[in-house]
Amino acid sequence: MNYIFVVLVENKPGVLNRVASLFRRRNFNIESLVVGRTEDPAVSRMTIVAECPNGEAAAHRIEANLYKLINVIDVQDVTHQPSVTRDLALIKVRVGPERRAEVNGLAEIFRAHIVDVAADSVVVEITGTEDKIESIIELLRPIGALEVARTGKIAMTRGQNDGVRRLPGMNGNQYDEMMMEMAEMTP
Amino acid sequence: MKMRGAEIVWECLTREGVDVVFGYPGGANMPIYDAMLNYPVHHVLARHEQGAAHMADGYARASGKVGVAMTTSGPGATNLVTGIATAMMDSIPTVFITGQVPSHLIGGDAFQEVDVTGITLPITKHNYLVMHAEELAETIREAFHVARSGRPGPVLIDICKNAQVEMCDFVYPELKLRERQSAPSPRVLLDEAAHLIEKAKRPVILCGHGAIISGAEEELMKFAVQTQTPVTSTLLGLGAFPASHELSLGMMGMHGESHANMAIQNADLLLAFGMRFDDRVTGVPKTYAPGAKKIHIEIDPAEVNKNVRVDVPLVGDLKSVLRDLLPLLGEYDHEEWKQEIAAWKAESDSRNIINWEDDGKLYAAHVVNDIWEATGGAALVTTDVGQHQMWSAQYYLLDKPNRWITSGGAGTMGFGLPSAIGAWFAAKNEEVWAIVGDGGFQMTSPELTTAVQEGANVKVAVLNNRFLGMVRQWQEFFFEKRYSAVNMLTPDFVKLAEAHGIPARRVTKREDAAEAIEWARKTEGPVVLEFSIEMEDAVYPMVPAGAALHEMLQRPMKA
Repeated sequence: MNYIFVVLVENKPGVLNRVASLFRRRNFNIESLVVGRTEDPAVSRMTIVAECPNGEAAAHRIEANLYKLINVIDVQDVTHQPSVTRDLALIKVRVGPERRAEVNGLAEIFRAHIVDVAADSVVVEITGTEDKIESIIELLRPIGALEVARTGKIAMTRGQNDGVRRLPGMNGNQYDEMMMEMAEMTP
Repeated sequence: MKMRGAEIVWECLTREGVDVVFGYPGGANMPIYDAMLNYPVHHVLARHEQGAAHMADGYARASGKVGVAMTTSGPGATNLVTGIATAMMDSIPTVFITGQVPSHLIGGDAFQEVDVTGITLPITKHNYLVMHAEELAETIREAFHVARSGRPGPVLIDICKNAQVEMCDFVYPELKLRERQSAPSPRVLLDEAAHLIEKAKRPVILCGHGAIISGAEEELMKFAVQTQTPVTSTLLGLGAFPASHELSLGMMGMHGESHANMAIQNADLLLAFGMRFDDRVTGVPKTYAPGAKKIHIEIDPAEVNKNVRVDVPLVGDLKSVLRDLLPLLGEYDHEEWKQEIAAWKAESDSRNIINWEDDGKLYAAHVVNDIWEATGGAALVTTDVGQHQMWSAQYYLLDKPNRWITSGGAGTMGFGLPSAIGAWFAAKNEEVWAIVGDGGFQMTSPELTTAVQEGANVKVAVLNNRFLGMVRQWQEFFFEKRYSAVNMLTPDFVKLAEAHGIPARRVTKREDAAEAIEWARKTEGPVVLEFSIEMEDAVYPMVPAGAALHEMLQRPMKA
């Protein structure tokens, strides 16, 4: 299954390459990777969706290996935490004036926006979960040829929740209650 | 104080305690080599950059300090790659400093420009590209810290030529790096470990390189004796626990002692101390120690549950985890278990060629055993990779750490001679032996002249079977003896040595070996001994690829 990691890294040249190279070298598969600045100019935030074929064990390996990179500050696994995940897509539909209203109608239902109208095309901007974006793409497809640009997923936990950190101490955090329970269950 | 970048490099290196560097100058590091003349650092000119890298590695393994190698840009830097990968796989603290074209030319395919930070990214713990002099001090400070802290490893600093000549203020910086250390193991895990140890009837300690890096020999000894637990070592863990101790089982794994492997397969508890369950020690993981609970003490959390699922992971520095664990343990006794292992050991002793009657042939085991006896087991021994490496591991029995210098994870041929030269710089008053094969030796033998130039007191024992022996052995066992590209013509190694001004002898008979070794020991400076050994001898025992650890091929008993 796919796991979602929120990774804080130092905002320095080459860090994206280090992270991407690590996934390649360790044979982890990246579904999507989004990187952008944060409230702190020295820190970038990555949301990495990665395939973890054997679940928790693979997630642990990914987390532990990320911490081996000197530029990685914090890694949280938000897969199973209450969180908001969003993808943004720009969808250009080749459509003349006669079917423009259809596009507009769909956009309204999905709370998407029409951000450009030309003689033979419109551009729809939509944010939402992957499912929602997949749905609108499928509905737009019969109307006209599509060109799709997507950002990949970004994620943020809700409220005070943090994601799971499997490696206590790596960023100053300690064994939390869940870890202790897991530890007690181990043998 | 204003300084040139090149001077800052040496200011920082000397503050890190560096007094010897191994390297090769060239266009893109000339300012660094110019500034070097004003600092009290000894430079060793290797004959190939790979040699410089292995020398720095050998120095680090023998001294426990950070080894430093420096080269120019482009091919100078790419020639380091094998050496860097070797240090990475074996967690050796090293710093590699390469020159780079001026920063304004980067990306333009300038003369001798190669993307060195890109190439070395997956084989370094971390690397840096320095474009300006003011970044130098902080970078070098950080690089040394990264190289030696936690699980050690190689760090590369690529320094643009303009950064070497720019002037800037030099202040030796505070270390700004974030501390990154695993939290101490919680009491519940330590208790669980102690409980498993108390319950165990057939425990075995698997001692790895981590025991040496952590300096945990004392705690390991205390643990083993108090709990009467037999100790077997990985290839790189040899020396952490004295081979002469009654609880020592010797090496485990593909060419490990058969009684050690039998003990592992029949154990009910494995105590993995600073090791990573490499495929050479586990055989097929599914069949590995099926009846054993596993406690894994390891500093690198990425190694936990990587190759083998463990029951209790204790992440941290081995020495400090053992210190936490020891007070929770009582005194135990495993007499029955030790008896059982002793019976397996009697069987392996009977198959040990050393114990066989002399048949007039010269086997590698005899040579290594003779070197061991002559040196009282106290020399620093380096090797290349292959049969001679395994024979050295089996027959040069070590009682002390930091004396066994071999390329384990990477398995790098040509490592033996240059690493011996590096090791000699860390231990000038000790005996240093490079035990090499005829194949590996030919990869880096030009470093003989480096040894002469430096007066390095290194004794080279070439075990010459005129084959690429390990590959030949595999072809014999698994490819129906179809020998492919393993016949090897070798030069006259005695003449080769003499051409370098090095005294040398060839030994073809068993009875001459001990005397030649004594002669080499008494002769001042580097010496080469060539031993013409049995051509088609094989390393036993051997766990074939795809087999379980107890399914070993044993040396056939003599008819």
